[in-house]
Amino acid sequence: MSTFSIDVANTLAGFLVLASFLMLYQVRLPALLNMLGLHAFILAMAVAWQAYAQGAPELYVTALIALVFKAGVIPVALQRMVVRLGIHRELEAVTGIGLTMLAGIGLVALSLEVMLPVTAHADPLTREYIALALSVVLLGLLMMVTRRNAVSQVAAFLSMENGIDLAAAAAQGMPLVVEISIAFSVLIAFLVIGVFLFRIRERFDTVDVRALDEFRGERR
Amino acid sequence: MILVLVCVLALLAAGVAGAVRARVPEGRPIVYGASLGACAVAGLTGLASIGLAPSTLTLPLGLPWIGAHLRLDALSAFFVFVVNLGGAGASLYALGYARHESAPERVLPFYPVFLAALNLVVIADDAFSFLFAWELMSLASWALVVAHHRAAENVRAGYVYLIMAAVSGMALLLAFGLLAGPGGHYDFASMRAAVATPGIAALALVLVLIGTGAKAGLIPLHAWLPLAHPAAPSHVSALMSGVMTKVAVYAFVRIAFDLLGTPPWWAAVLVLAAGGVTAVLGVLYAVMEHDLKRLLANHTVENIGIIFIGLGLAMAFRANGVAAGAALALTAALFHVFNHAVFKSLLFFGAGAVLTATGERDMERLGGLIHRMPGTSFAFLIGCAAISALPPLNGFVSEWLTFQAMLLRPDLPQWGLKVMIPTDGALLALAAALAGACFVKAFGVTFLGRARTQAATAAQEVDRWSLAAMFGFAALCLLAGVLPGALVDLLAPAVRALVGQSMPAQLALPWLSLIPVAAARSSYNGLLIFGFIAASTWLTIMVVHRFASHALRRAPAWDCGFPDARPQTQYTASSFAQPLRRVFGGALFAARETVTVPPPGDIGPARIEKEIHDPIWERMYAPVGNAVWRASGTMNRLQFLTIRRYLAMVFVALVALLLALALWQ
Repeated sequence: MSTFSIDVANTLAGFLVLASFLMLYQVRLPALLNMLGLHAFILAMAVAWQAYAQGAPELYVTALIALVFKAGVIPVALQRMVVRLGIHRELEAVTGIGLTMLAGIGLVALSLEVMLPVTAHADPLTREYIALALSVVLLGLLMMVTRRNAVSQVAAFLSMENGIDLAAAAAQGMPLVVEISIAFSVLIAFLVIGVFLFRIRERFDTVDVRALDEFRGERR
Repeated sequence: MILVLVCVLALLAAGVAGAVRARVPEGRPIVYGASLGACAVAGLTGLASIGLAPSTLTLPLGLPWIGAHLRLDALSAFFVFVVNLGGAGASLYALGYARHESAPERVLPFYPVFLAALNLVVIADDAFSFLFAWELMSLASWALVVAHHRAAENVRAGYVYLIMAAVSGMALLLAFGLLAGPGGHYDFASMRAAVATPGIAALALVLVLIGTGAKAGLIPLHAWLPLAHPAAPSHVSALMSGVMTKVAVYAFVRIAFDLLGTPPWWAAVLVLAAGGVTAVLGVLYAVMEHDLKRLLANHTVENIGIIFIGLGLAMAFRANGVAAGAALALTAALFHVFNHAVFKSLLFFGAGAVLTATGERDMERLGGLIHRMPGTSFAFLIGCAAISALPPLNGFVSEWLTFQAMLLRPDLPQWGLKVMIPTDGALLALAAALAGACFVKAFGVTFLGRARTQAATAAQEVDRWSLAAMFGFAALCLLAGVLPGALVDLLAPAVRALVGQSMPAQLALPWLSLIPVAAARSSYNGLLIFGFIAASTWLTIMVVHRFASHALRRAPAWDCGFPDARPQTQYTASSFAQPLRRVFGGALFAARETVTVPPPGDIGPARIEKEIHDPIWERMYAPVGNAVWRASGTMNRLQFLTIRRYLAMVFVALVALLLALALWQ
């Protein structure tokens, strides 16, 4: 394994973390969905590079799935959905963007701090890669917690799934069957969520999840 | 071994039959008859295999690659005998008694399963099979406790019982985990071979004391027992009190004497203290009680205390290498196990008979039953005398042996034991005396005097099956009291296997005497006392009949100055217990009496009201219960959070765990 390929792999994973940060402060839904496409595109590049570096041809399939579905179909479909819902011009009220960014930086530091000692004896190709993948997962979760709009929560969920995909690509030995089934389950989750979004909208005239809470009779 | 296992399978099959045929009238004789047969065979097998070499069996059941280990050694065989003796008696009794059962479909399926589980616990030879059988035993008996679920108090009893059973199972699970060590060898043979470090052994011993004590009814873990035992149908109460608590004693003996090696002397102090306190407090609870079945259940607590005093003495002697003393004390404890199984079952049968005949459990509403139910009264009287440790019956022998063990070596080197053993002697003496008083009350108020209610007046003697069971056990009480040597010799192999020595052989002694240590120190001859009592009674009767007039005279009863001779003016259970309540109740139970006398001119009645608190329930159980209640009330809010907060909780938990991981490294 050449140092060069390790460097490229780590750079791509670092780009993915950067894309997660880009998603974190987008307040307009179309911009957020563009970032989601970018996120998935970087994932596809990273997985493809892993396929090349590890000499594992089945990872090319994973990369292709990521490129077609996650970077292509899903963001485009979500964009059209946003337009049809008529919320593409709305600004999402995200509180404390600066604080969220700081928390995100803390999460990246935490995941590096946790993963690097654990993977001390692992393959150098995998080492920092796993730590960065964990950062992507944590950032996705952070975004799900801070957002109120159902569409941005879906985007956050998908970015989280991208992080899991990244780790899986580095884990060397994840069977293709598992990979494909995960991809399909994400697709189905996306379809179900899409249907639900319209139903929620039909009923409440908004996709702000606060309306759901109010409907359940909760105090905030 | 195989025979016992076949009997267990037969009992399980009877449980299935009970579930299928519960509603048809022939279901009852099928189930109880099958239980009687299986218990008789298993009991005789146990009796026959006490002296044989241990036999083991590994079944390909349970956890894969481990299987279920079963073993029948002398100790197991003795307990198989005791369990099935009680089971056979209860089944015989139930053949008649269960005719009055209102909900047979809630009793018939569980009763044989309960018996099978009791048998399985004592023959299990690995922790998994043991705990499985232990939990099955708890669960089956719980189902029987809540059989009459329409009464709110039964449901509450079942709830408390279930919680305590969970505590007991949890403590035993942890104890076995400690004993198994990091290797995780869960069969008893490996635990026996392994030597635990002192710290681990001490922790395991405390856990075992909690686990088995919660099942046996050691104070302060006894709270469920006086609630749950009386709630079940009477033949099941007899099994729970007479047999299930003994299975808990078996578990303690098996672990503390067999698996743990030799525990240190302070463990003996712990067991002695628990036993002494349990004996005295148990009987004091019983004295205050006027519900016949609950009184008997409280007495079970007392007798468990006596057994644990014997076990504690055996541990103390063993820790100091006094093998003869350990053998004597352990024999006394196991003897009492047998005795209590017999007379407590007998007494519960009697209480069940009274319940069937009158529909009453409250002694204050009974009375005069000796005229209506002479057979039951006679058997109950024998049981009362036996549990009060009156010679020539069996209860005396075991308590006398316990005292002999205490007097054998009061000079053990450790100060804790020097203080604890005489203290326990005093507590045991107090408990024995109070038990006598308590059973004078129980028998006198229930069976003597005049009927206090219409129900007691209309009582009818119970059926022959029940009477046969009661008289059989009464005969066993007498037999074990008159021929104690036979039982002591029967116990010898079990005792030798556990403490390395046994009491000297007794049956070979002249005149069937019982000589625990040496003839110069002490001896007891039940036969002689029985002969003397029989001869003097006969002589008295002869003299009375010879010199007294044959003519029947009727004269007014002495009326204590009360011309109103209603049955309600009789001596009651409360008035009988009042002196004892005043002596002990004030400090221990915060008992208070208020007398309200109406002012002159007021025609309202004068009232005396008494108030008794249970200190253990109020200081120990209630705070724990309240804390759990408050905590669950607080936690309940978690059920109604918004989706984002749930997500935030997951997120925060994940980050906190990662932080812990990062810092821990």
